[in-house]
Amino acid sequence: MLISQIGYYSLVLGLIFSILIIPVSIKNLNNDIKFDSRIFSISFLQFIFVLISFLSLIFSFIYSDFSNETVYNNSHTSKPLFYKISGTWGNHEGSLLLWLLVLTLFIFLFLIQSKNQPKKYKILTLLFQQIIIIGFFLFVIKTSNPFNYLFPIPAEGLGLNPILQDPALAIHPPILYLGYVGSSIIFSSSLAAILANYINQSWAKSIKFWILVSWIFLTFGIMLGSIWAYYELGWGGFWFWDPVENISLMPWLSLTALLHCILVLEKKFSLGSWTIILSISTFILSMSGTFLVRSGILNSVHTFANDPERGLFILFFLFSLIFLSLIIFFGFYKEKQIPNQKFFLFSKETSIVVNNWFIMYFLSVILIGTVYPIFLDILSNDKISVGPPFYNKLILPFLILFLFFMTIGPSLNWIRSDFKKIKNKLLIYFIFSFLICLLIFYNISSLNLISSILLLSAAYLFYFTIMDFFKNKFTNISQSISHLGFSLLVISILLNSIFSNEVSMNLKLGEKFKFQNGVILFESLKKRQGSNYESLIGTFRIKDNKNKITILNPEIRIYDQPETITSEADIKTTLYSDKFIVMNLVSKDEYFNVRYQIKSFMIWIWISGILIAIGGMSTFLRRSYEK
Amino acid sequence: MYGKKIKLRAIFLILFLISIILSVFLVLKSLEENVVYFISPSEIKKLPTINDKKIRVGGMVKNKSISIKLDSVNFIITDFKNEINVVYSGAVPNLFAEGKGVVAEGFLKDRNYLNAIKILAKHDENYMPPEVKEAIGD
Repeated sequence: MLISQIGYYSLVLGLIFSILIIPVSIKNLNNDIKFDSRIFSISFLQFIFVLISFLSLIFSFIYSDFSNETVYNNSHTSKPLFYKISGTWGNHEGSLLLWLLVLTLFIFLFLIQSKNQPKKYKILTLLFQQIIIIGFFLFVIKTSNPFNYLFPIPAEGLGLNPILQDPALAIHPPILYLGYVGSSIIFSSSLAAILANYINQSWAKSIKFWILVSWIFLTFGIMLGSIWAYYELGWGGFWFWDPVENISLMPWLSLTALLHCILVLEKKFSLGSWTIILSISTFILSMSGTFLVRSGILNSVHTFANDPERGLFILFFLFSLIFLSLIIFFGFYKEKQIPNQKFFLFSKETSIVVNNWFIMYFLSVILIGTVYPIFLDILSNDKISVGPPFYNKLILPFLILFLFFMTIGPSLNWIRSDFKKIKNKLLIYFIFSFLICLLIFYNISSLNLISSILLLSAAYLFYFTIMDFFKNKFTNISQSISHLGFSLLVISILLNSIFSNEVSMNLKLGEKFKFQNGVILFESLKKRQGSNYESLIGTFRIKDNKNKITILNPEIRIYDQPETITSEADIKTTLYSDKFIVMNLVSKDEYFNVRYQIKSFMIWIWISGILIAIGGMSTFLRRSYEK
Repeated sequence: MYGKKIKLRAIFLILFLISIILSVFLVLKSLEENVVYFISPSEIKKLPTINDKKIRVGGMVKNKSISIKLDSVNFIITDFKNEINVVYSGAVPNLFAEGKGVVAEGFLKDRNYLNAIKILAKHDENYMPPEVKEAIGD
C-alpha cells in the first residue's frame, strides 16, 4: 500500500520536473551562454522519479500487493517470481509506465550522446521530446494510473493470461519499446534540426546512432514475437500477417528506409527532406500502432482493455503531433542547395532511392491491408479480413526486383559508377547462381515460376554478398552481414514454405495414425503438477518412412487463475527441419486433436533474423575500432 | 550540367508517378480478389448465390453438436436463429468447445454446409471475437 503511494507520488514529481525543464530550456535557448547544466540534472531527476515509480510497481507485483488495482487485475500469488515481474508490463498501465521510463531514459542518454552538438539543436530536441513525455505523463496519470487503490483489499489476484507466461514474451515488450521509443528521439531531433537549420552531414552522423539503436531493438523485438507465436500459439507458423504483427513491421520498414537514406545525407548531403519525412513517419507509425492496439480496434492478446477514453486521448495526442510536425516541416524547412552537386543515374544514391521506393511500396501494401478492413467496417459494416494471399501476391513479385537491386546497389560507387566496370562481375556471379539454382530446381518438381525466380534472386544476392565480403575484407561489414541475413531469410522462408508438410488427426490414447510420410502412435499420457497449472503430457512415437523413430512430448497446461488451457508444442530442431507436434483437448472428449508438422529450415529463419540485427550491431564495433 | 540534373529529376518524377499509379492499381485489384468476408449463419441463408469464394462464419458452437472422427471434426455453428454444419479436418484451437464462440474459415458447399480449412484461435476464456459478439447479439 505504502509502496503504491511512493510510486504514484514519484510519478507526479516526475511530471513536475518534466514541466520544469521547459522554462529552463527556453531561457537557455534565448541567451548566449553555454548549455545550461541544470537541464541535464533536471532531466536526470525526471528519469530517476519515473524509475522509482516503475520499481515500486515491480515491488507491488513481487509482493502481490492486491490493494493495487493493476496488481489485482494481472497477478496471482501462485505465479512464479519471473512472471510476477514480467506481469508488470504485461498489462496496459504497466506497459505505459515502461514507455515513459524508456522515453525519459532516452532523452537523458541523448543529452549525453549529443555533447558536441550545437546548443540550439540540442535544446529544441529536448523540448520536442518533453512534449511527448508530458503527453505520456498525463496519459498515464489521467487515464491509466497503475497505482489505483482498491478497498477492501482482495485476498487473491485475477492472474496473468497464461499465454503471456512465457520467457520470450516476457522480454518481448521491453525490447520492442526500446525500438519504438528510439524513434521518438529521431522524430524530435529531426524537427529540431529543421528549426535550428541543422540538417547536414554532422546531424546525419549523430542521428544515425539512434536510428541504428531503434532499428536493432525493433528487429529483435519483432523476432521474439515471431518466435513466441511459432511455439506458443500452436499453429507452427512464424508470421500470420495479423494486423498486430503488421503494425510492428511498418515502423521497421520505415526505419530501414531511413537507415539507408541517412547514409546519402551523411555522405552526399542530399535527400534531406526525404530523411525528415521518413523520421516523422517512423514515429507516427509507432504511435498509431500503439493507438490501434491499445484502443481495442484490433483485437488480440495485446489488447488489455477497451476503454474509449484512452483511445480518444491517444488519437488526440497523435493528431496534435502530426499537426505539429507538418507545420514545422512545411513552415520552416528550407532546402539547402549545394552548388555543383552532381547526381548520376548509376550511383549508390540512385540505388538507395530505388531501395526506398520499394520499401515504401511494401509499407503501403501492408498499411492498406491492415487499415482497409477497419475503415470498411466503420463505413459499410462489412466485416472482412485480409489474409496472406493478398500480401504474397503483392509483395513477392516486387521482392524479386528488390533483391536484384539489392545485389547491384552496394557495388556501385557514390556519385558516379561506370556500369561497364561492374557488368562483368555481376554477370559472372549471376550465371553461377543460376547454375546452383538449376541444380536445386532439378531436384524439386513442385516449384512454381514466381518462387523459382525469387529463389534465384535471393541466391544471387546471397552469393554476391559473400563473395564481396571476402574480396573487400571488412570495408562494409555491417551492410554485408545484414544483406546476407536478408537473402538467407528469403531463401529459408521459401524453402520452408515449399518443403514443410503437416497432418492433423484426432487420436485416443493408444491409437495409431498412418499418413503419407509415416506412422504416429499416441503412446501414453502423464499428469504433472506445475507451479500454477496442471499439465497433461503426451508421448508420441513417430516412425517415418526410413524407420527412424522420433519421440515427442507435447503438453497441455490447465491453468486455473485465470481458467485457461494452453498447449505447449514439442519441437525437435535440427539444421534441416523442425519436427513440431502440438495437441489440444476437444470439448473435454477422450479424443485429442493432434497436429504434426515437419517445418523445413525453420532454424535458418531465426538465424537470418539474428544476422540482420548483428549487421546493425557491428556498426558500433567498427566505430570503436576507428577511434 | 544543370540541365542534366533537371532532366534526371524529371525522369525520377515520372518513374515515381508511374510506380505509384501501378501500385495503387495492383493493391486495389488484389484487395478485391483476396478479401475474406465475415458472415453469420443467418446471412448465409439469405445469400442469393453460393460462390467458391473463401468466407468466415462466426457464432456459437451448438451444444452436443461436436462429433469427432479420426481425421475430421464436425460441428454446428449457430447464431441462435440459424445454423450451419461445419466439416473440418485440421487442428482445432484450445478453447474450441461446445457453447463457446468460434470463427471458421472455409468454402460453402451449399447453404447448410461449410468445408472449413481453418478454425480461429481465441486467446483466453473471456475473449470473444467482436464479429461473433455481433453475430449473436443481432
